[in-house]
Amino acid sequence: MQLVFLGTDNLIQMSIYQILLLGSIVVPAMVSIVFYSGIGRDELILKKLAYFGFGFPFIAGIVLFLSFDGSNGAYCFEIFQPRMGLQKLKITFHLGLNGVSSPLFAMAGVVGLAAGLTAIHSGAERLRLYLALLLTMQAGLMGLFASIDLFFYYLFHEFALIPTFIMIGLWGGRDRRSIALEITIYLTLGALISLGGLVALNVMVDAEKFDFPSLSLALSDFALADSTQFKIFGLLLFGFGILVALFPFHTWAAKGYQCAPTSVSMLHAGVLKKFGLYGLIQIASPLLPDGALAWSPYLLWLALGNVIIVGFVAIAQNNLKSMVGYGSVMHMGYCFLGVAVCSPLGAGSGVMLMVAHGLSVSLMFLLSTYVYKRSGTFEMDEMGGLGKKTPVLSCFFVAATLATIGLPGFGNFWGEFGVFLSLGQNSDHHLFLFLAALGIILSAVFGLRAVAKIFYGKSSNSLIEHEKEHTICDLSLSEIFPAAVILSALLFLGLWPRGISDRIDYEIYSRYYHFNSSQSMSLPPCCLVKQGGQENNQTLSLFQEKSPVSKSSADE
Amino acid sequence: MEAYLNFSNSNIWLEIWPEIVLALGALFILGFDLFRKNNSSSSGILAIILQAALLFIHLFDYLAWHHTFDRDTFAGMLNHGIQEDIMRSFFLLSSLLVSILGHQYLKGRKLRSGEFHHLTMLATAGLMILVQSNHFLMLFVALETVAVCFYTLVAYNRESAKSLEAGIKYLIFGALSSSLLLFGIVLLYGVASSPEVWGANYEYYVGQDPLGFQYLGNLLEANPDHILLRAGVVLIISGIAFKIGAAPFQIWVPDVYHGSPMPVTAFLAVSSKAAGFFVLINLVNGPFLGMADFLLPLFGFVATFTIFFGNLAACGQRNIKRMLGLSGVAHAGYLLVAVMASMHFAGDSDRAIWVLFFYLFIYLFASFSVFGVMGLAQLEDDTEHEFSHYENLAKKHPWMGFVLVSGIGSLAGIPPFAGFVAKLLLISVAYEANLYFSLAALVIGVAISIYYYFGWIREITFHPRPSFKDDENVHAKDPWLQLSRIGIFKLCMLSLAVISIILGLWQGPFGDAF
Repeated sequence: MQLVFLGTDNLIQMSIYQILLLGSIVVPAMVSIVFYSGIGRDELILKKLAYFGFGFPFIAGIVLFLSFDGSNGAYCFEIFQPRMGLQKLKITFHLGLNGVSSPLFAMAGVVGLAAGLTAIHSGAERLRLYLALLLTMQAGLMGLFASIDLFFYYLFHEFALIPTFIMIGLWGGRDRRSIALEITIYLTLGALISLGGLVALNVMVDAEKFDFPSLSLALSDFALADSTQFKIFGLLLFGFGILVALFPFHTWAAKGYQCAPTSVSMLHAGVLKKFGLYGLIQIASPLLPDGALAWSPYLLWLALGNVIIVGFVAIAQNNLKSMVGYGSVMHMGYCFLGVAVCSPLGAGSGVMLMVAHGLSVSLMFLLSTYVYKRSGTFEMDEMGGLGKKTPVLSCFFVAATLATIGLPGFGNFWGEFGVFLSLGQNSDHHLFLFLAALGIILSAVFGLRAVAKIFYGKSSNSLIEHEKEHTICDLSLSEIFPAAVILSALLFLGLWPRGISDRIDYEIYSRYYHFNSSQSMSLPPCCLVKQGGQENNQTLSLFQEKSPVSKSSADE
Repeated sequence: MEAYLNFSNSNIWLEIWPEIVLALGALFILGFDLFRKNNSSSSGILAIILQAALLFIHLFDYLAWHHTFDRDTFAGMLNHGIQEDIMRSFFLLSSLLVSILGHQYLKGRKLRSGEFHHLTMLATAGLMILVQSNHFLMLFVALETVAVCFYTLVAYNRESAKSLEAGIKYLIFGALSSSLLLFGIVLLYGVASSPEVWGANYEYYVGQDPLGFQYLGNLLEANPDHILLRAGVVLIISGIAFKIGAAPFQIWVPDVYHGSPMPVTAFLAVSSKAAGFFVLINLVNGPFLGMADFLLPLFGFVATFTIFFGNLAACGQRNIKRMLGLSGVAHAGYLLVAVMASMHFAGDSDRAIWVLFFYLFIYLFASFSVFGVMGLAQLEDDTEHEFSHYENLAKKHPWMGFVLVSGIGSLAGIPPFAGFVAKLLLISVAYEANLYFSLAALVIGVAISIYYYFGWIREITFHPRPSFKDDENVHAKDPWLQLSRIGIFKLCMLSLAVISIILGLWQGPFGDAF
């Protein structure tokens, strides 16, 4: 672990990885500033600049993903600047990646690249502003997963959130103005409630710095009272819950995604929405274990509401984009179930599912826009028979649908499988396991029905009408590339889950020592800790040092 | 003679040099204006230069040359300290910006500029004395000086019926609030100078000034349950609640903001409110501290009511000046939470006070960028700012859109604007003081406020409707097309917006202060 103090004199001391980490935030931000300021008129150069702005975080994400060494369970590539931020509130500028954030960081880079390429080729009116806002969003997304300090984590989230409102308001579809207003109020309320929770954490815990390691160190010496934990966790749960579209607060999501331009839907549903779950898994549950346990029964029911009720709502949709939107809300329910079981396995599978879902849902949004370009409508009743004319598109679409449903071979499978296993480990949760598993059928129903309606059957009248005016061609190379990038990432996860599950394990197991550790007996392949490895011993000793609970249990 | 010598020895005139210079400058501008032509604006430029110079010299004076210590002068009438000095520079900055706005505003209208700047500077001098007052007599006299200037300023646009109406309303409500304040002071005086209250301890307090803050503080601490004292304190706080626009004394705010000329609205929103808050926080942490247990529930009720009233009423407004007035009421409610927090930190109230200062400064930058741009609109009736006048402003004049959006964003508390940091600090002190109920009101209030702030941003930035070719007559009425030369003004506005963003991202030395 090396700490670098960024000053004018020792700026050179940063390693290449730290430069990549900082650059993944700074580069898109700088490019967006260039775009806002109106410098340069040459469209070609601007486009190249935009490629650079989206490409850099992608490359940084992949390189940092590959060179991440999570074996010691700590943060890598740390950048520390204590003089930025409010000293009195213990806020410091602190970036770094750990086992949970590293896959999400890479996922943000991948989805960001795909969304950016789509935007560059979208031919939107006032493209310059569009790209500028999207790049701001990208910078915020990379920063959100890279920041260790909780205040900057929140601040970067807001950086990504605000362009969303503006872009829905400017480039959205029907009813964009009212939907932009609704989503703004909803999400601002959620953000403020979670800010209240974070401030509560800041005030109540006497830590050296306002970041996870310091907070957890302070809490291991002096744990919060149960009632305080219950209150703070409640604030964080509902604040983050609104942002992630937890069941009774989910109404904004599908409307917003239906209305938003494609790139925004991709980035918001795919990446930004993971903010809340990331906060719950990475911060709230490990720091407030008693609060998490106390809220768990309620959260289980709410998450089940996401899976079952929203699942049925998704079946009822006839609009492709809103079906995808509701489908994404529904799958968030599985992630919440993973949080609600309060076990390392559940949380780890939740992270796995977050990564996979981020990729699959953004792919679905991307592909539904491709469908729209060819059929001229989002209404599925008016489509049909597109498969014969666009075989490549239908291939991609079927693959994406299967991934969303959670078939083996794609990352989603491992995530959902892990969540089910973690539900099965506790006999109290068997009812939830049964009902949640039924949800798979729901998602198969709406997913496969959409495939059937769009690509199979006879060509619909409206398609024939549309064909008279436009020639319907298959995917062009510039369209295939973003989709292929995302799909290959999904396949990578599906075929080699160890690629991310190992590092998630090290991190989660060192954080979730509060919860009953007997569950580690039956682990699925995706979450197996390497038995007897040197790293494992290190992790174990690490958590024994920290945890008074596990010490006492070892004594017994 | 000896008594007089004691008294005159404590008259340190040097301590109030900025006020003296400002008042003399105001008189000079009035005289200077006599010898100018009717439509000359040179007195405005003179006022701006004078106030800018004064602001800088005053800043240097207390930051670099000598530090003011906590000390009383003028026989305990005034108290000088670092907080008072910061508030003085706050008022100087605010008054400078009002003069800049007013200069721009009066240029396009057939109004004399000399009196405007004269009154602004005089009111500022009064405000600066007001925050330093350590004695209820001084407080009342300073407050009246300010109020009289404001009555005139609100009705400055003599040809507009709305401005005159607002002036009358402000006069009546202001007189009512002053009388409440005075009645409260008299009650305190009546009790404080009576030997019966002190009983056996009376001898010890003989010869002390019964209106001085120290004396009253001791009295209230010894008798927190005295009914007349309580009535007096409540009346005084009511009088101040009028000035800050806290419920249930907020009813004048939308009407007066609506009618007054734009720079005066800004002046009212920033300086008058800030002065009210500083006086309030000085009182509740000084003389009224003994009654904290009685005052806290009262403030809790007032703050919650103010936050909800301001935000909910603002949602329904179509007129932007009324909306801003009511949102100002909501901001007063947020700041009352900081006042309550300062009472909770007994002996450590400075923390909450610094948060209040930060919030007030951010509010200053945001308000002036909003009102500055609004003042540029060339409307037939200056008071009728509808949402529809702002359609597509960001596309027509990007810099105006930028300044306006950054001001609104800061008021709404959206990152990266500084208003977010101010709200964060507010939430954190409220949490530390265990004010959960007010905190919940604050959070819900901020979420409601997004509705109207964002609704306005939506008009400014999002294309509300496509334009048609036969829309020519609409374009002729567009208020933003006929702009006079505004080079330096533009620079000032842009720098306000940039300051809002910089303070939102990097608080620098301010970060250490909290």
